[in-house]
Amino acid sequence: MFSGEQLSSLLEELEVTHIITVPDSTIGRWESAIEQSPRLRLVRVCREGEAWQVAAGLHIGGATPVVMIQCTGLFESGDALRNALHDWKLPIFSIIGYRSYLDQAKLPGDTCLVFTEPVLDAWRIDYKLITAPAQLDDIGSHFTACRAAGRAGAALIAE
Amino acid sequence: MMATAGKVPATGISLVRALEVLRRARRDDEIVIPTMGSAREWMKLGEPHPLDFVLVPSAMGHGTSIGLGLALARPERRVIVCSGDGSLLMNLGSLASIVAAAVENLVVIVFENGVYEVTGQQPTAGASLARGGRRSVDFAAIARACGFDSVYRFSDEAEWSANARRVLDARGPTFIVLDVEPVAGGTAPHSPGPAPARARAFSEALGPR
Repeated sequence: MFSGEQLSSLLEELEVTHIITVPDSTIGRWESAIEQSPRLRLVRVCREGEAWQVAAGLHIGGATPVVMIQCTGLFESGDALRNALHDWKLPIFSIIGYRSYLDQAKLPGDTCLVFTEPVLDAWRIDYKLITAPAQLDDIGSHFTACRAAGRAGAALIAE
Repeated sequence: MMATAGKVPATGISLVRALEVLRRARRDDEIVIPTMGSAREWMKLGEPHPLDFVLVPSAMGHGTSIGLGLALARPERRVIVCSGDGSLLMNLGSLASIVAAAVENLVVIVFENGVYEVTGQQPTAGASLARGGRRSVDFAAIARACGFDSVYRFSDEAEWSANARRVLDARGPTFIVLDVEPVAGGTAPHSPGPAPARARAFSEALGPR
């Protein structure tokens, strides 16, 4: 999809401060570039639910965090994101890896394809599906639109 | 008593008295995040402080995680998270995350009573009572193994009171276990107000980053 350098440059332009992450084989490849950025801080957590609440603390504290996890971690995150995004109404943006969207041979019948988008809809997260490298700028425009509207949003990255 | 290895005593410090000690020791610029039973009792102790972030409603167990986020966002302030043992069991991995993030300004206080107090005092999976006579989970040992720089345990109110400020000032991340008694009839805390407005007020109290 994108290189780590491309993504970290975009996040810098958007004035993101912290990336809270549990990696997968796509988004994990971006870590080293993010770590090398002087303007971004990578925060590694053990489970995806943690990521939303760390992001909540960062947001309340005045930072601009982004949660970066796989869709399987989104499924695990339910109560944590419900609390952060809907109880506290924090407009946290996320980058979510969409497992098996581009490669359905590796995990035939992967139910990530069944549940990811309905789960995002159920949690009322305004997401933008990104299926090609040419859409990198769409992440930035969606982030900016969500921030202006004060709502949570996501870039759903096809894997 | 400090640094004794982990078993939940039959009796411990009164939760209210333990929180009163914290309230007296707390500096004006420090953030306090009470959760669950500690939130319920903390709110009864007096006027709310602008830097109290009462985590109600919450995702149970995530006080340590929201505290980590605040500590990262505000390295100039000490952040004190008040967690229960049942809550911490739901998010033990957060202890590893806290150490990985190397936040020196975060203090996690675990009020250990061995039960899910607000749901009727059912024993947690970490309590001796629910473990066929095996020892209770040793939270202080877990924190040490995760790499917390400063780890303390108190079972006596006088010792907690005498040492509270000193251990809060220790080089963090800091982990404190307080053996407390369950509060009879302790119910779930009520939110002190609409959460979004409280988040905004808290952010304003913190001031610009």
